[in-house]
Amino acid sequence: MTFRTGDRPLPDIVILTHKLTRDYDMGGEVVRALRGINIQIRKNEFVAVMGPSGSGKSTLMNLIGCLDTPTAGEYWLNGQKVSDLSDDELARIRNKEIGFVFQTFNLLPRANALHNVELPLIYAGLPGKERRAQAARALERVGLADRMDHKPNELSGGQRQRVAIARALVNVPSILLADEPTGNLDSATSAELMQVFQDLHHQGQTIVMVTHEHDIAAHAARVVTLRDGVIATDQLQAA
Amino acid sequence: MRVLEAIRLALQTIRAQKLKSGFSAIGVFIGVTFLIGAWSIVNGMNRYMTEKFAGTLVGVNTFHLRRSPNVNFNVQDSVWRAWRRRPRIKFADANAVTHALTVSVVTAWYSEDRGSVAYNGKVAKDITLEGATERYLDIMNLKIADGRAFTPQESRAGTTVVVLGHDLAQKLFPDVNPIGRTVRIHSIPYRVIGVVERQGNLLGISLDKFVVAPALSPIQREVNPPGVVDALIVKAGSEPEMREAMDQTEAIMRSRRHLRPRQDDNFAMETSEGVLDFWKKLSRILYVVGPGLVGVALVVGGIVIMNIMLMAVAERTREIGIRKSLGARRRDILRQFLAEATALAIVGASLGIVTGVMLSWLLKVASPLPASVSPFSILLGVVVGGGVGVVAGVYPASRASRLDPIAALRQE
Repeated sequence: MTFRTGDRPLPDIVILTHKLTRDYDMGGEVVRALRGINIQIRKNEFVAVMGPSGSGKSTLMNLIGCLDTPTAGEYWLNGQKVSDLSDDELARIRNKEIGFVFQTFNLLPRANALHNVELPLIYAGLPGKERRAQAARALERVGLADRMDHKPNELSGGQRQRVAIARALVNVPSILLADEPTGNLDSATSAELMQVFQDLHHQGQTIVMVTHEHDIAAHAARVVTLRDGVIATDQLQAA
Repeated sequence: MRVLEAIRLALQTIRAQKLKSGFSAIGVFIGVTFLIGAWSIVNGMNRYMTEKFAGTLVGVNTFHLRRSPNVNFNVQDSVWRAWRRRPRIKFADANAVTHALTVSVVTAWYSEDRGSVAYNGKVAKDITLEGATERYLDIMNLKIADGRAFTPQESRAGTTVVVLGHDLAQKLFPDVNPIGRTVRIHSIPYRVIGVVERQGNLLGISLDKFVVAPALSPIQREVNPPGVVDALIVKAGSEPEMREAMDQTEAIMRSRRHLRPRQDDNFAMETSEGVLDFWKKLSRILYVVGPGLVGVALVVGGIVIMNIMLMAVAERTREIGIRKSLGARRRDILRQFLAEATALAIVGASLGIVTGVMLSWLLKVASPLPASVSPFSILLGVVVGGGVGVVAGVYPASRASRLDPIAALRQE
């Protein structure tokens, strides 16, 4: 399973990074956020990425989510090398392959739940009718069929996060990328949300989740810990 | 994201922020209102001057032989005094010209002044008294509504008969038929033989308060010294014939006045073209100043829209981040903000068109100006308004599209 430059990842590997490096130039001082990350994630894995703040987990998250490009190294997503793609190609990857769930939900405040879920389909170029039908189905799946025309401020935190999950999954992405998804939720709602993640995992969804809470990470099948821009531990755990 | 989608999104945003959108559209609104309004006014004035003003005052293919031009603007005092020193046109001049012209023309002479007309104790003051020969009504296109015009015999004999203008007839004879009645003009009785059709008004002055009596009748005493006329009117069948008649008239008059070749004419021949000269000068100024003012309003409108859009980009940084994270490409974001700016401008332009058309309509109803909106000005309003939106939107939209998604998402 060792990957060398010039290799292609095995077919069931969704995410592969090879010597992934990201440096930031902070006013003349170079901050080395990631110092060569090698990680492989197979289809249908549920991985939690942990680490103290400053360990580089957000940077890794942004790179995996194609919101950022690495300074050096390779990143393969679903058999495609994305580390040297252009801006527009990255936008297409974000649209098709990645579903984001953010700590702060990141819903459009002026749009209702249905329109929020519709957004990725708009950028995928789907016609309006089909878009609305798919978005409605996605909301039904997360149990919000009766909340479609509610704006985010008319929904509870848990409901908002479920809208965000519906939006993340509506394009059937290769990976669900969650950044501290329970950070703004109480423990009961967090537990509910983790149940949703578990269910998705059992349905075959690949999930990568960044968190700093051990009990949340405990829901994942594999925990990767970062420290100072490198992987400190990478272990499987019993579900 | 398709263009249609961008437009729909833009309209949604505008609807959601009515007040802000209203203010940002105001510049374009004013510009386009002015464009439509000013255009229709200038158009109306143009039509008014060419059709009505020049036509009423002089007539088509017609010239007036006078001592000095009747319609003039900005004449210097010295010129004016020189005009006053010129000899007047005499009956004999008018007759000589009429008989010597080889071009087939219709001629009449007339003199006019203001005075009062009385009937049965009622007095109408400030009435235009005209002493004219029989073809005058014909040439001036004054159609008889009731009764008849005077005959060449009556004209030559100087019979005391009179034709009334519509308003005057209404005033003196509110409920009786004026035909056959006797009016008094400065105590001399005249028999009313006809009433002229209603003429309306010119620049707000009624054209229906007049009487026309034969030039050789006693009315001559009220309008001019004996043997003197204000003008000989010569109407030709076509423009070249009129030119020819003018050349002949000039030659005849110069010889009658014994003018040497170096001497200037001491009489004037006025055509509708001459009357329109002044208008042409004025409209040239309007055609330069008008677009200038419209341009200023539109530039201001564009700057306002650009500022509003820059603010919108700053306010909605997070939204832009979210959209990018969901797969919006640069061009999608660019299109979204460009469409918003353009939609704003077009909304402003549309309101401007509506207001401009209403303004022009109001003017048409409330004033004598036949103001009319030209379809081209509407098209221009939409195109220019939309263009302002695009130009003003490009910079803010390109700034929005270049935002880094990570930084944009982090924005509170």
